[in-house]
Amino acid sequence: MDSPPAASPASDVPGAGGLMTPATHLERCATGIEGLDSILQGGIPRGNMVLVAGSVGTGKTTLSLEFLVRGAERGERSLFISVTESSTKLVQNLSTFEFFRQDLVNQGQLVFVDLPNLYLKLGLEREELSPEEIDILIRTIRDLVRSTGAKRLVLDSLTSVCYRIRRDEQIRDFMLRLGQELKEAGCTSLLVSEIGPQPGRYSLHGVEEAIVDGVVLLWNTRRMGDILRVLQIVKMRGTAHSRAQYVIELTPIGMLMAPHLKGGRSEGGP
Amino acid sequence: MAPFDIGERLRGLPGGSAVALKLDPQEYADHYFAVLNATLRDVGSETDAHTIYVAVTNPAAFVWTLAQALDVPPDRIAFVDAISHIMMNYANPLANATYVDSPRALEEIMLRVEYLLRRFPHPRSIVVIDSVNSLAIHNPPELLSEFFHILLNNLKSRNVLTVVLETSEEGATGVEQMLNLVVDETIDVAQAGR
Repeated sequence: MDSPPAASPASDVPGAGGLMTPATHLERCATGIEGLDSILQGGIPRGNMVLVAGSVGTGKTTLSLEFLVRGAERGERSLFISVTESSTKLVQNLSTFEFFRQDLVNQGQLVFVDLPNLYLKLGLEREELSPEEIDILIRTIRDLVRSTGAKRLVLDSLTSVCYRIRRDEQIRDFMLRLGQELKEAGCTSLLVSEIGPQPGRYSLHGVEEAIVDGVVLLWNTRRMGDILRVLQIVKMRGTAHSRAQYVIELTPIGMLMAPHLKGGRSEGGP
Repeated sequence: MAPFDIGERLRGLPGGSAVALKLDPQEYADHYFAVLNATLRDVGSETDAHTIYVAVTNPAAFVWTLAQALDVPPDRIAFVDAISHIMMNYANPLANATYVDSPRALEEIMLRVEYLLRRFPHPRSIVVIDSVNSLAIHNPPELLSEFFHILLNNLKSRNVLTVVLETSEEGATGVEQMLNLVVDETIDVAQAGR
């Protein structure tokens, strides 16, 4: 088992510094997305479990995939657990981006796993998982991380997994235990999540956002009829970060970010 | 003021400068061609720079036709076209252009400029914004000020020469005043030699 994330000197962290420099910085897992690493002062603290929350079509899956590809490029094994979309289709979509490298998949640096296949293999076929079955699921994910040596994981989506867990206390328990296992493995994870219709909530059940170490929120906003994709870091344990809103664009070379212009107006979130 | 050469003035500016080129609406066609000649040929082609042209007044296809007349090679210019979509003039997109839905999507314009700067990394890049007046038609002044403040500062930090086209009558307008706050210099095209 790998040791928990170590602390490193502040000077090792790009973007850190100035009068607000903390005594030590947790080791970072650079997302490889320049704008995001910049507002996170070098990246996600290693081992953090982060909710990537947003409504449909806001770029959650693409952001998460880029996080994995950039990690695999740096020699960090990266694991994508897909619940809703087949990995064949995902790789097909991913190949339209210039940052994607098929050789990373061929070399086993970037691994795709279809959770529905695992459900079948494990005999988890009931619509609602029992506590024992939830336990099996956690251990299976843990073993996958250990056997692949994954340092980055994406679960897409947590919402779909929670659909089969349902009860809030069981969701809380599932996430707490999964987070602990991943942290012990030094694995930084992104859990993709839909957001509920209630304003001010960053997950469907409301439980998820309290458990995770970080929340990256994505939503669509309108300006005079035009739609803009907006990103905001709502929470990230272990680092100072910008709380400003950024407009994002998913380009062939990866996700780009620019400050969300307000023109003196005060705007809310999703 | 003695007549001067616009291209020479632009070439003499330090890296990362932001300059407004002021065109007289009464002589718009002459001034516009002089500006294209100075930016795309004198500064662009002759100094082997790469130009990113943000087209808001006229579609990229129109500007590209003029650029071809000035012998600008296609690999030395890329367009961010923010007008063709709303003019329903998008049937034949240019190979060297990227299209933004609307001139109101100011962040997207910034992001496309960023994209092209990364896509075509070059030791000497120029960004031409044509024009502040067209952007002002579609955007409230506060938003436009914020846009120029952020974009020009970003380009300055990357040593990119930024040229903003401005069409103004005598006397400072709101747009002109706003632009004066963010550019390093304003060049009156009417004062240039012919």
